[in-house]
Amino acid sequence: MIPFRYQHANDIADAVALAGRLNDAQFIAGGTSQVDLLKEGVQRPTVLIDIFRIGLSEITDLQGGGLSIGANVRNSTASDHPAIRERYTAIAEALHAGASQQIRNMASMAGNLLQRTRCPYLRDPAQRCNKRDPGSGCAAVEGFNRMHAIFGQTDEGAQSQRTCIAVHPSDMAVAMAAHEAVIVIHSSTGERRIAFEDLHRLPEHDPSRDTNLACDDLIVAIELPAFNGTSHYLKVRDRASYAYALVSCATAVEMDGDRIASARVALGSVAHKPWRLFAAEALLQGERPSEELFRRAAEAGLEGARTYSMNGYKPDLARVLVARALSETTGLTPLQGPAGTAFAASVGGIAGVIEES
Amino acid sequence: MDEPQTLILKVNGQEYKLRPDSRTTVLDALREQIGLTGTKKGCDHGQCGACTVHLEGERVLSCLLLVEGLAGREITTIEGIADPAGELHPMQQAFIDHDAFQCGYCTPGQIMSAIACVKEGHAGSRMEIQEFMSGNLCRCAAYPNIIEAIEAVRAAVLDPANSIQ
Ligand SMILES: Cc1cc2nc3c(=O)[nH]c(=O)nc-3n(C[C@H](O)[C@H](O)[C@H](O)COP(=O)(O)OP(=O)(O)OC[C@H]3O[C@@H](n4cnc5c(N)ncnc54)[C@H](O)[C@@H]3O)c2cc1C
Ligand code: SF4
Ligand code: FES
Ligand code: FES
Repeated sequence: MIPFRYQHANDIADAVALAGRLNDAQFIAGGTSQVDLLKEGVQRPTVLIDIFRIGLSEITDLQGGGLSIGANVRNSTASDHPAIRERYTAIAEALHAGASQQIRNMASMAGNLLQRTRCPYLRDPAQRCNKRDPGSGCAAVEGFNRMHAIFGQTDEGAQSQRTCIAVHPSDMAVAMAAHEAVIVIHSSTGERRIAFEDLHRLPEHDPSRDTNLACDDLIVAIELPAFNGTSHYLKVRDRASYAYALVSCATAVEMDGDRIASARVALGSVAHKPWRLFAAEALLQGERPSEELFRRAAEAGLEGARTYSMNGYKPDLARVLVARALSETTGLTPLQGPAGTAFAASVGGIAGVIEES
Repeated sequence: MDEPQTLILKVNGQEYKLRPDSRTTVLDALREQIGLTGTKKGCDHGQCGACTVHLEGERVLSCLLLVEGLAGREITTIEGIADPAGELHPMQQAFIDHDAFQCGYCTPGQIMSAIACVKEGHAGSRMEIQEFMSGNLCRCAAYPNIIEAIEAVRAAVLDPANSIQ
């Protein structure tokens, strides 16, 4: 770890002013991503601004039926919150299926969204990585790329300063994409709201940037719009628990009688940001749920996927997952565990055991 | 860089005055500065659970906690759970009774995690225990016996409640 100064911010204005004034300052909330990357020498701030004392730890109802979740609310608090579990089920399921209870007890909601990719080369200063050291190239395109992107990546070869095929690793972010969350930000220019779709970005010409936030942009809350439907999250991983997704899928479906009024579908671990399947969503609208429809939607959603030497399994896995998630969300197929828990979200059960609950 | 400031860390009900470098984790402070070596360092990256302690009653990973962030908050370690007269915590006893370890390296973390798991109400079934204990790896694979120990403690905790109903 490179030495840094540690400073507590007392309120929002304090945090924003410190971040704007100090060069290379970074926020720290739960620290589960930040401390890990400090140890690896990937993050090199001169000052860490601790935002714990600011508060931002309330979950409150919004007028019109939405929900506001403070940036510092712990992942374990949100995962068990009745309103989130009942109305925004995909988010509870994604949280429960992510990390471990110890990490969820530490991790904040904003920090979860802003965690960095798990591309192994980001963490290894001996390897080329445009995200860590802009201009150095990308070791993943010709290396171990089993976890990497199939959509939206920049690939101009291993030597190019633009190449990055990393994926965003957060489970919760995928569920928030399906719920079209709104991010509330404070900065030196005041308060603003951005659509979830505009929080994370694709690598384009600058892989070093994960999001569209500036260094003094402090997330203060995440707002979930009113939702009168069913949402669900499915996650496939190498082991039954405590592993990042190979591919995951979040769905949020509102019905009008026996027809789909609106459906939002997002894939996780396939792109540099949670990946909405807009083509699939358009195909679903106004239709009656059926296995055949869901297979067609999955087919449409996965068009244009581009794979690498080790991640050729992803499009097939994603197609199956999209169809299954939609089928479980609309009740054609039963959930494999109680809604809002890791048991509903974890494909394959826990340690291969599926118990009657 | 600035001179390290004196900082007070509360561990197992006692206050310790430390002069941490800003980079010092709670795990390193416990082991290297305070001398409480029961909490183990497995991976130092949040991946194994060996360093699990309680922060104000909730299980957390001490390898990812910076001491500077804690100022005044209360940590409990494996050394702080037996009763002062020396009687083991029921979870410690259950780990012995059910032979829930081999080398013992993961055990302090397992026990701290297991106590919290029961307290949170996440030990309702074997499957639930597996899911909510998945943050604690055991290289010796003592898992079946760890689950048994936790089930035994959960049953004992639930027992009086059941007899009331
Ligand atoms: C072993 C392990 C396994 C994991 N498994 C999973 C998994 O399966 N699925 C999953 O989704 N996640 C997983 N995680 C990641 C975990 O969910 C994140 O590390 C955590 O959510 C980050 O939250 P934090 O509060 O600790 O963030 P921090 O580490 O404090 O911060 C992360 C980033 O967010 C910034 N930040 C924090 N708060 C704000 C704010 N309010 N405004 C602006 N910027 C802010 C920080 O500057 C930093 O850049 C795992 C982590 C570990 C260590
Ligand atoms: S994929 Fe992105 S994060 Fe991974 S090595 Fe390439 S540039 Fe770095
Ligand atoms: S040492 Fe902290 S989780 Fe492994
Ligand atoms: S008893 Fe050896 S690692 Fe668990």
